[in-house]
Amino acid sequence: MRVLALALRRLAASLPTLFLILIGLFLLLQLAPGDTVDALMAQMGGGDPAMAEQLRSFYGLDAPVLIQLSRYIWRLVQLDLGFSAIYGKPVASVILERLPVTLLLMGTSLSFAFAVGMALGVLAARRVNKWPDALISTLGLIFYATPSFWFGMMGIVVFAIRLSWLPSGGFEEIGAGYTGLTRVADIAWHLVLPTATLALIFLSTYLRIMRASMLEVLTLDFVRTARAKGLSQTGVLVRHVLRNALLPGLTLIGLQAGTMLGGSVVVESVFNLPGLGRLAYESVVQRDLNTLLGIVFVSALLVILVNFIIDMLYAKLDPRISAER
Amino acid sequence: MSLLSIEGLTVALPRGGDRPYALSGVSLALDANEILCVVGESGSGKSLTAGAVMGLLPEGVVAEAGRVMFEGRDLLTLPEPEMRKLRGARIGMVFQEPMTALNPLRTIGSQIGEMFRVHTSLSAGERDIRVLALLEQVRIPDPVGAARAFPHELSGGQRQRALIAMALALEPKLLICDEPTTALDVTTQAQILELIRDLQRRTGTAVLFITHDFGVVADIADRVAVMRQGVVVEQGPAGEVLNHPRHPYTRALVAAVPPLAPPPAQVLGGETVLEIAHLSKTYRKRGFLARNRRVTHAVRDVSLKLPRGGTLGIVGESGSGKSTLARCLVRLLDPEQGSIHVDGQDRLALSRGDLRRDARRIQMVFQDPFASLNPRRRVGELVAQGPMVHGTPRAEAMARAKELFELVGLDPAGLDRFPHEFSGGQRQRIGLARALAMRPEVLVADEPVSALDVSVQAQVLKLLARLRAQLGLSMVFITHDLRVAAQLCDRIAVMRDGEVVEEGVTAAIFANPQHEYTRALFAAVPGKGWTPPVAFGAEEVA
Repeated sequence: MRVLALALRRLAASLPTLFLILIGLFLLLQLAPGDTVDALMAQMGGGDPAMAEQLRSFYGLDAPVLIQLSRYIWRLVQLDLGFSAIYGKPVASVILERLPVTLLLMGTSLSFAFAVGMALGVLAARRVNKWPDALISTLGLIFYATPSFWFGMMGIVVFAIRLSWLPSGGFEEIGAGYTGLTRVADIAWHLVLPTATLALIFLSTYLRIMRASMLEVLTLDFVRTARAKGLSQTGVLVRHVLRNALLPGLTLIGLQAGTMLGGSVVVESVFNLPGLGRLAYESVVQRDLNTLLGIVFVSALLVILVNFIIDMLYAKLDPRISAER
Repeated sequence: MSLLSIEGLTVALPRGGDRPYALSGVSLALDANEILCVVGESGSGKSLTAGAVMGLLPEGVVAEAGRVMFEGRDLLTLPEPEMRKLRGARIGMVFQEPMTALNPLRTIGSQIGEMFRVHTSLSAGERDIRVLALLEQVRIPDPVGAARAFPHELSGGQRQRALIAMALALEPKLLICDEPTTALDVTTQAQILELIRDLQRRTGTAVLFITHDFGVVADIADRVAVMRQGVVVEQGPAGEVLNHPRHPYTRALVAAVPPLAPPPAQVLGGETVLEIAHLSKTYRKRGFLARNRRVTHAVRDVSLKLPRGGTLGIVGESGSGKSTLARCLVRLLDPEQGSIHVDGQDRLALSRGDLRRDARRIQMVFQDPFASLNPRRRVGELVAQGPMVHGTPRAEAMARAKELFELVGLDPAGLDRFPHEFSGGQRQRIGLARALAMRPEVLVADEPVSALDVSVQAQVLKLLARLRAQLGLSMVFITHDLRVAAQLCDRIAVMRDGEVVEEGVTAAIFANPQHEYTRALFAAVPGKGWTPPVAFGAEEVA
């Protein structure tokens, strides 16, 4: 009940955010020179102005900005994302084709970064200021300081070209016609490098946060109480420290969900993955307003959803949350 | 043979500390069925002694010499796995801060049950039964609910009871209490002391009780050991040490305990400098759902008068609204109702700008001497800043700061040092100089001595009394400590739940408290049956 009330309140609070983002983006794109019709005409190799006008009125682009905006919002309320003039099909189906790739990439790298970062953070904190700590912290700094595209390219050079262990790009073997488990294995095979690339950057943040919060929790009074109870070092860590130290890292997942979508643009480009990030890039270039807004809508929804789940988890893990509010 | 005997214990501090040894040659003995109080000020090494017994010394701190004999074994040479079997099972420990000493993410029941989990092979069901029995034993209201509650859902006193239940779970032979009542209100403190004494008598446990408060010692100790800078300076039976202290340091500590009898009242004129009428301040918590909304009446219809040159003590426990009242007086908070007049000026009618220009009339001294001074600025600037903001030239303000430093008993050479270079008592003096720099008509002091060691507290109280006589200061003095109030205040107002339940001349209230709550407060004052044998402030720590 307590968690449910919190959930409803959080959801209600995120709706205005969503609309503000969409309206802001809509207006921003109006300021950019050129529209869908210009891009279409350019693709067709030019055409006469009368036809352009005809197309504009067909897509409703000749109406005043505010009318266009309100039409768009109204369609959104009905969960209709509109029609992409460039791809020639509904925006919803364009996005749905690309969404699984991005979700898979994001989900796996986020989990990987979180799990490994936390584990390394715990290791570093247990051996603070000794060589394992120094090694882990230095590695973390290197991961953090290196741009992701460079990591991706080095990964391709070393593992795909030199060693030929892993594929250099793509989502799956095209035309191989794998089904069932074979296909799953094939996709996983293709995703190893992109996931590692995307995860490494974020991993170091989790590592640092976990190390710092472990060290902080270890100084707290209840840890002393636990020792005074006769718990072993490991018992103290597992039963008292870990859960308390986990909370800041959990908050970070929510914050990073948005950055991850942005980061996946680069990784999807480097590894030639047909994901949402590349779709966004293409629709900016092609002035495909509807698709772009659709992508923003979907990714905003994703970020809100991730944050919502994190909030719920947090409330579940920390009994003080709803008592204080 | 004693249950616990510490023989010549010497504990080294890491290099670069303020002294090479945290403890040197500490020898203490504790028998079964006995309460030994270890008394000392901060830095005396009393908590480290407990840490050495538990084998829980901080990293880098090691015992270099001596023995800690417990049930015939030397704990200092015991391997860690053996030590773990003793901790909790044979030696229990209760800590100072009941809020932070419990894991906030786990229920009380599971944390107490952990004792059985670690040391016994009881099943989950049996553990639950034992936990309930323990909670009943420490007389927690609603034991079933308390076992299921998280630490933040209990009050401070209930949490401390839970911690005691935890420490007593396996019926240890030795219970170490490290300032277990310092963070609690007086009435709660009295109950917890009563509980510890009662349980100790019933189980025959030996108790090593660490405290800084001679009042508590008088209430609970069988024997007393006084520590100073890692050395035991005096030990003996409680009656002996309390009533016939021999060592100069013990005598100074005893002289620093304010007696409960107020000194003769000073003669005041009839003029009123501060008048508070029907003041109310409410905190509202807005909730998403109606049932989550909560209204707290922090200050309810308070009317008080402060005579010029007098001191009005506001006494109450935590949550009584005394700090909110102080904040309303300097308008850090805006009350909804009522009026505050200083010298006839309506303070609540002032606009924000006027209030800033006229801030000097009421100044405030805060409780925490560590948090209330900006660590990045030199103390001279901190003191001179107020007058400078109001247009005093820098040179003049700094000269004034120098005078004030002398006035509050600090070396003016320290003006260009930073706050962290001063001790707690010195910082409180700086806070006082800062407030006085504005030449206020009324000084509001919010628990100015409660974060200080007893001997320092006595010095600051004497300073306040001297300044009051010298400058004719009018003061609102907020405190939870009736002993302190007795020494400094001409009038006392007792607050509870935002209301003033009783107000009057100090001597009259001390002689004959009318309200039942005031009487309860008096009954809870630690060491009320004991009169310090050395006159207040007669001897000082060298």
